[in-house]
Amino acid sequence: MSAISIQSVSKTFETSKGPFTALNKVSFEIEPGEFFGLLGPNGAGKTTLISILSGLARATSGEILIEGHNVRTDPAQARRQLGVVPQELVFDPFFTVIEALRFQSGYFGIDDNALWIEELLDSLGLADKANSNMRQLSGGMKRRVLVAQALVHKPPVIVLDEPTAGVDVELRQTLWQFIAKLNTEGHTVLLTTHYLEEAEALCSRIAMLKGGEVVALNTTSELLKSSTSNVLRFKLDGKLPPELEVLSRITGRIVQLPAHDAQEIEGYLATLRQAGLKPEDIEVRKADLEDVFLDVMNSKQGAKA
Amino acid sequence: MKGWRALFYKEILRFWKVSFQTIAAPVLSAVLYLLIFGHVLEDRVQVYGQLKYTSFLLPGLIMMSLLQNAFANSSSSMVQSKIMGNLVFILLSPLGHWSWFSAYVLSAMVRGLAVGSGVLLVTLYFVPLSFVYPLWILVFALLGAAMLATLGLIAGLWAEKFDQMAAFQNFVIMPMTFLSGVFYSIHSLPPFWQTFSHLNPFFYMIDGFRFGFFGVSDVSPWLSFGLVSGALTAIASLALYLLKTGYKIRG
Repeated sequence: MSAISIQSVSKTFETSKGPFTALNKVSFEIEPGEFFGLLGPNGAGKTTLISILSGLARATSGEILIEGHNVRTDPAQARRQLGVVPQELVFDPFFTVIEALRFQSGYFGIDDNALWIEELLDSLGLADKANSNMRQLSGGMKRRVLVAQALVHKPPVIVLDEPTAGVDVELRQTLWQFIAKLNTEGHTVLLTTHYLEEAEALCSRIAMLKGGEVVALNTTSELLKSSTSNVLRFKLDGKLPPELEVLSRITGRIVQLPAHDAQEIEGYLATLRQAGLKPEDIEVRKADLEDVFLDVMNSKQGAKA
Repeated sequence: MKGWRALFYKEILRFWKVSFQTIAAPVLSAVLYLLIFGHVLEDRVQVYGQLKYTSFLLPGLIMMSLLQNAFANSSSSMVQSKIMGNLVFILLSPLGHWSWFSAYVLSAMVRGLAVGSGVLLVTLYFVPLSFVYPLWILVFALLGAAMLATLGLIAGLWAEKFDQMAAFQNFVIMPMTFLSGVFYSIHSLPPFWQTFSHLNPFFYMIDGFRFGFFGVSDVSPWLSFGLVSGALTAIASLALYLLKTGYKIRG
């Protein structure tokens, strides 16, 4: 049985400009114990999909099962299997950290959760904030509380919707260590993130969404193999010749060109020399997930924008 | 602990933590109303024969405070959680619509009853009051609190902004309470306004409640009981339906 089974899920919103399809027949399975990444540009439908699987929104059609429980017909059981860390930094200003965690345990019918709550506070570096009011916490601390709240009922499936957006390096490290530990203990993890190096480092399998459709679904290593193997990177003052410009990714002075072999790299450099340009800081690196991501996003023009 | 009790307790703690604002302040307002209106109208208004006006007024004020605070609790809690986004914690929980309903309505009733009892306790020693049918007093206090707590829940689900909530409170709840016979017996009104008052469900809550104290009322307490219970059943069904379908809270 899959930990998460997404079966032909579509979601259409009525807007003032007519119906908008946020998700179009999305299907994939996440197996128990996987660390699964859901990637895509803003507006690709990641958060809509997560809202539907956590019961915050309803699919227009299709079904989602969490550990075999249908989120539409058996929502209470489905939600018991899930721990969701929402994307927005939400909190209840009336309560302290420990109160928020006790109430959250209570909603799941857990009377005495003191030991686990203590462990959560320790693991997330919140122990000295237990009696602080939620309002007094910094953004990073609030984010940690959100993670703790999602885990109070020890859910087998953990969903993190961009958990590291706007979070400092130290928290990212703490958070990933903790989540990785839970993953090795058998928890399934579904992660959406904008930090592709995080996804590359953590996720064993990845789905990419674009315009509400799955445009790539594979193990991280296969995805990396499928892409151009190398990237030629250099800095340049002046304008790139048009035949190179269409191929390249340009960030300020930095130009990156996908390359399959040495000959191709020589070709690029020759073109630059003929144009009288002098590239600096030339390096050749292995392609990473960001290159794959851009490859996929740019090539699958068939997906509806 | 059954899940709904955690939510109930959270809702209680929520107003208890700011009890100066949620309990003490409305008690004070009611006592001020009593002092001012009582002082001005004591010798001018005749109700139910020999009854002193302040005595007549007090149950009305108690009920008004109770109703307004029951409404304020469920409505402000719901609309605030929606706007702050922290409703998500409850939305992500396995709590079903009955749990939501019980927790929000019962906690709001507790606040309404606390304020009502507060007004009664503070004024007890300077306003002579009889307690002819204590059971009726209790029944109407509970029904009224449940009614407004449920209305508050519905309003909280419906409102998307604080000003919509304020509009509901100022244009629906306030006029209905003030025109329900808190300050006067509707028999003193011209016939048109008497008929009009009979269409106001709040009138029956206050009239029945007052009957419990004095054994006299504008209409039979059984009629009030029937009408208020009927209205409560209807709006409770509506609230449960809205919660079940996730009206404005699940996309």
